[in-house]
Amino acid sequence: MRIGIVCPYTWEVPGGVQAHVRDLAEALIADGHFVSVMAPAGDDAPLEPYVVSAGRAVPVPYNGSVARLAFGFLSAGRVRKWIREGRFDVLHVHEPAVPSLGLLACWVARGPIVGTFHASYERSRAMSVAAPMLQSALEKITARIAVSDAARKTLVEHLGGDAVLIPNGVTVSRYAEAEPLPGWGPDGGVIGFLGRMDEPRKGLPVLLAAFEILAEERPDVRLLIAGPGDAADVLGRLPERLHDRVGLLGMVSEEDKARAYHSVDVFCAPNLGGESFGIVLTEAMSAGAPILASDIPAFRRVLGDGQAGALFATGDPAALAKEAARLLDDPGRRAKLSDEARQAVRKYDWSTVARDVSRVYETVTDATAGVVEDDAS
Amino acid sequence: MTTTVLILVVGVIVVLTAVYISWRAGRLDRLHIRLETAQAALDASLLRRAAVCLELAGSRILDPATSLVLAAAAHEARTAGLDEREHAESDLSRTLRAVVDQDRFRERLAEHPTGPELLEELDAAVAKVVYSRRFYNNAVDVTRTAQRRWLARTLRLAGHTEYPRFFEIDDAPPAVLAAE
Repeated sequence: MRIGIVCPYTWEVPGGVQAHVRDLAEALIADGHFVSVMAPAGDDAPLEPYVVSAGRAVPVPYNGSVARLAFGFLSAGRVRKWIREGRFDVLHVHEPAVPSLGLLACWVARGPIVGTFHASYERSRAMSVAAPMLQSALEKITARIAVSDAARKTLVEHLGGDAVLIPNGVTVSRYAEAEPLPGWGPDGGVIGFLGRMDEPRKGLPVLLAAFEILAEERPDVRLLIAGPGDAADVLGRLPERLHDRVGLLGMVSEEDKARAYHSVDVFCAPNLGGESFGIVLTEAMSAGAPILASDIPAFRRVLGDGQAGALFATGDPAALAKEAARLLDDPGRRAKLSDEARQAVRKYDWSTVARDVSRVYETVTDATAGVVEDDAS
Repeated sequence: MTTTVLILVVGVIVVLTAVYISWRAGRLDRLHIRLETAQAALDASLLRRAAVCLELAGSRILDPATSLVLAAAAHEARTAGLDEREHAESDLSRTLRAVVDQDRFRERLAEHPTGPELLEELDAAVAKVVYSRRFYNNAVDVTRTAQRRWLARTLRLAGHTEYPRFFEIDDAPPAVLAAE
């Protein structure tokens, strides 16, 4: 099958949607399909052979934070050309309700279109004002997939209609084994974080506040942070005497990411919400890292109600610090959480997920002539 | 004789002081009126800018992604509470720059029958935000200085009027419009 996949966010910047698209594409290619991915990318970003750049994304305020999005005539033109030349049997757009490439692809294409919805929010003013504007493009989507219950609920509430639930996958083998980073744990005192440092919803400020509490009582506790963002801003939130106990890796390669998961005693996901699935969580689970996550519904589900990872009251640094202290003091519990996590993550492996997705493709391509350019747009 | 002179002198001083105070109070009152007028003008220009943005977003001239980005920002600006307004209006300015400064944006709009008219309106709305904000902040500045004076503070000449706040936003227009 010839499959065209559209990713709305900048390809080389780590993120849940980008990782989803990459892993799905690779799992589908491994299954013998032809796959082409279109995504925004920097001019000199290294791209896999199956990726086509749609040009640079533009930073713009959207829905409460600054997002890098690809919109405008130029991007639309590139998507159009890619669709014309790709002659796909099916087009798979990700986050079509986000004003970026996915939405543009729905606009310029006609034929069997599958849409995957990732994000979830309580209430989005941007979405409610935009729903009528999105309608004509979104109505072209023949099959809708939500990656989580929360994403599905968001979809139903904001745009109406329903979707099938196919959760994110994780390439378990990619994270299962890795050499710890030099100078780091696990040594009984390393707490890890991975994600955008400047994205408030990822909850890093909560972890920093908790770390300050912990570090006062425990001289051996250290913090390992991986992800893009402003290092000075992060250090500025901590008293200076703690600075040499914080490691800031910045944006990490896939390989270093796996190594980072293996360098911690407790992996912390302090998200405040908005996370539809927690791909970072399943990666950490694949690596067998003992996990401490905020008690948001998506995390609770992935962690089997606390079986495969400890939970703490969302947004509460004191609760985080207390729970982290308990974990650090109990190697037996950490080992048990690690085993449970490795076990629980198996059902999220990409080989399982890609099979489900290709069944959706088969359902929508029955008796169609493939994807063509929409002259009406 | 001396008593009469003294009474006269005191009387003159009292009258002069009263005249002076009432003149100061009158000035402060005029400043407040000027401030209110400037505020209404600023409010109107911000609302007009948001309205033009929404119209452009809904015009079907733009691609749906651009429309969505613009509509969301304009909606946020239009509905923001007092505390969030400066932030939301700055966001709208940034969004407008990202949208309008696309390659060949002007040419693409010109191809549509209603495009040039909308662009003209947008151009005017953006410029008026810059002007009205400058005038408003000017009025705030003068009023604040007048309110801060010893006499005004002691005699509460400003009554219960609040100490006016500057309106600080990023209102830099898109390069394409600014170049005109």
